[in-house]
Amino acid sequence: MTISPFILFWAAIFTSNILLTNFLGMCSYLSVSREVESSFGLGIAVTFVLILTSALNWLVYYYILVPLNLVYLEYIVFIIVIAATVQLLELLIERFTPALYYTLGIFLPLITVNCAIFGVALFMIIRRYTFLQTLAYSAGSGLGWLLAILMLAGIRTRIREKMVPTGLAGTGITLITTGIMALAFVGFSGIVNVQ
Amino acid sequence: MNKKDIFLTSAFRENSVWKQILGICSSLAVTNLMLNSLIMGLGVIFTLICANFTISLIRNYTPRSVRMMAQTLIIGAYVIIVDIFLRVNIPEVSKQLGPYVGLILTNCILMGRAEAFAAKNAPVDSVIDGLGAGIGYTLVLLTIASIRELFGFGSLFGFTLLGSWWTRWSIMVMAPSAFFLLAVLIWLINDYYYKVKTG
Repeated sequence: MTISPFILFWAAIFTSNILLTNFLGMCSYLSVSREVESSFGLGIAVTFVLILTSALNWLVYYYILVPLNLVYLEYIVFIIVIAATVQLLELLIERFTPALYYTLGIFLPLITVNCAIFGVALFMIIRRYTFLQTLAYSAGSGLGWLLAILMLAGIRTRIREKMVPTGLAGTGITLITTGIMALAFVGFSGIVNVQ
Repeated sequence: MNKKDIFLTSAFRENSVWKQILGICSSLAVTNLMLNSLIMGLGVIFTLICANFTISLIRNYTPRSVRMMAQTLIIGAYVIIVDIFLRVNIPEVSKQLGPYVGLILTNCILMGRAEAFAAKNAPVDSVIDGLGAGIGYTLVLLTIASIRELFGFGSLFGFTLLGSWWTRWSIMVMAPSAFFLLAVLIWLINDYYYKVKTG
């Protein structure tokens, strides 16, 4: 792996967007994207937690699990690290910055089960990223996710005023919108190839 | 509710994918090939049955405050079993599925069934509920995968059906088609239920 972290950062946002090409983090993406403001809050929270937990998980994996030969426990250990970090973060934010807690706090519990966080942790192990690459990849993935949910929230506020067939309303039209967005992002593929 | 009702409800009437919009991540990601979808579906069925059974067994001894964590750990243990089994027996498929086997752990269907059913009902009923939810999920996966593989590769389960005269639709292999197909599937099913309701 000799991809520079900088290229990886851009690739994670555009050519291999975590949501539009890897389908990760769909649950909260579909349910929270009704308002632009709350989407932005959730996006920022996801980005922040993603960077923090990926870094922690990388350290735990290479300095605890590998030396102890406990690699097969990676799923359970990763999810515990993620849950613990989110819980700790919630306590800290509530204690020190109550204002931020009211905007971000409500989203934090949702993040534990966000597949994007867990997915990035698994991708960095499978693709054998170095620590710097992991930081760049997780930051890019978080921002890519933020970008996707912001775009969808913007489009959804417009769709609300339009006539949509009964059966398609709600999830159906949201998925089609996402499909068209994904189609646009296919246009980015080929600029850099990261697997 | 009798056993048959439990099964039908969790498999069709309250299907996790099209009714509750859960587990979308993996139903989109692995559906480019039928075989991958089938293996993924079987993995989810196994995890659902075992996790539901275990969670239901200990439902009276789990304090409410640590309930979620306990459920996650139980599911995690079974996901590890599935992952190791796939890695040993069918390494090629396991490699193609990549992180999505591990992602069964954060698949909302698992937590959803644990929370909505297994935490409140007897073990045998929970197993049936898990089986139903798993089969409902697998059916959605196979439906989408059959269209994507047929048009994208001209084959089903790897057997070539459409010969060299067939121009492969590369869009079907790429991500956007998964979104469109799932949307159309949800549309058709919603329309069907809407018509049944209004007559």
